[in-house]
Amino acid sequence: MTPETLERPRYDAEAFRKARSGRNIALGLGLVAFVVVVFLVTVIRMGANAAPHF
Amino acid sequence: MKPSPMTEPAAISTRAAIPALWSDYLQLLKPRVMSLVVFTALTGFVCAGAPSNPLLTAVAILCIAVGAGASGALNMWFDADIDAKMRRTRGRPVPMGKVLGAEAATMGVVLSLFAVMLLGMTTNWLAAGMLAFTIFFYVVVYTMWLKRWTPQNIVIGGLAGALPPAIGWAAATGEAPLNAWLMVLIIFMWTPPHAWALALYTSEDYAKVGVPMMPVAKGAASTRKQIFLYSLLFTPICLAPAFTGLGGPSYLGVAAAGGLVFLLLAWRVFRSKAGDAPDERLDGEDRLYAVRAGAKDARNLFAFSILYLTLLFAALLGEHLLGVAPLELLK
Repeated sequence: MTPETLERPRYDAEAFRKARSGRNIALGLGLVAFVVVVFLVTVIRMGANAAPHF
Repeated sequence: MKPSPMTEPAAISTRAAIPALWSDYLQLLKPRVMSLVVFTALTGFVCAGAPSNPLLTAVAILCIAVGAGASGALNMWFDADIDAKMRRTRGRPVPMGKVLGAEAATMGVVLSLFAVMLLGMTTNWLAAGMLAFTIFFYVVVYTMWLKRWTPQNIVIGGLAGALPPAIGWAAATGEAPLNAWLMVLIIFMWTPPHAWALALYTSEDYAKVGVPMMPVAKGAASTRKQIFLYSLLFTPICLAPAFTGLGGPSYLGVAAAGGLVFLLLAWRVFRSKAGDAPDERLDGEDRLYAVRAGAKDARNLFAFSILYLTLLFAALLGEHLLGVAPLELLK
């Protein structure tokens, strides 16, 4: 998909390791946020549906 | 991160040529498009007027934004070949070699599924179904089919960008009444003059990659005429919410005054030479974005179109948040 004539600089392994570490942290935070959101949504929705029964 | 002097062709690499930061993956989601989607979806949600838990509202809007972002990632995966050749898009993560196309596609599919499922769980399945349809329409119908096939690509494909207010309304109430579709119609009719004004001064970019945008396929004069004709249809439609119980007095004022300015700018584009001929004094890629005779009118319309749409939805949002009564001029 990239033109074959286009040449890219080659980066060292340390740069890739640092970038991967940053991506992993961002992905981890995203997953934690997703779990928290699902938990809160479940509590709110269950609470709203359960309230009429009390 | 300082590159070493060694180089290698990016196309033969089986891994990303440049270390991708988390922000590169964020860029795949087209944050600027997402912000417009958030704004219009929130307006739809608020205009529905249904009481809602603030957290559920925030999650619903987040889901719509992530769904829009996911379709952006899928678009960047599919269009990477032409993105690499266009000045406006060649800095995107996939053509730059930062993110592999397969990664962008995977991210798009996964985020689409998460966004649709979570929106369904949080609000209702009508809104989730509409979000799924919007993603499908943008990726499959617009990106894969219409974009490279017909000059009507952004006319029909504009539906995908127009749907967020109706999704927001459906998320709030579980239904999508006439007023929700009126907001969709406003964005739908706004898209052609907006996109073609931009295309008038970037048409060489599109021509280079064979995308049949209207100025490329039918010529600048035809595009300028169609911009004006669409503007004649678009501006009265913007007044309609004041007649259907959606917009109040400030909305009517913004729609009427802004509509007149929009028509004036569209008329100037119609009368101009925008898109006709590049400035021969410049050479190379500088010609693409350089100031040309008549291009100023197209740029003015493009810039004002963004402002006008923003003001229209800001007026609707503000009136509903402040409790301003709609006009209902038809009653």
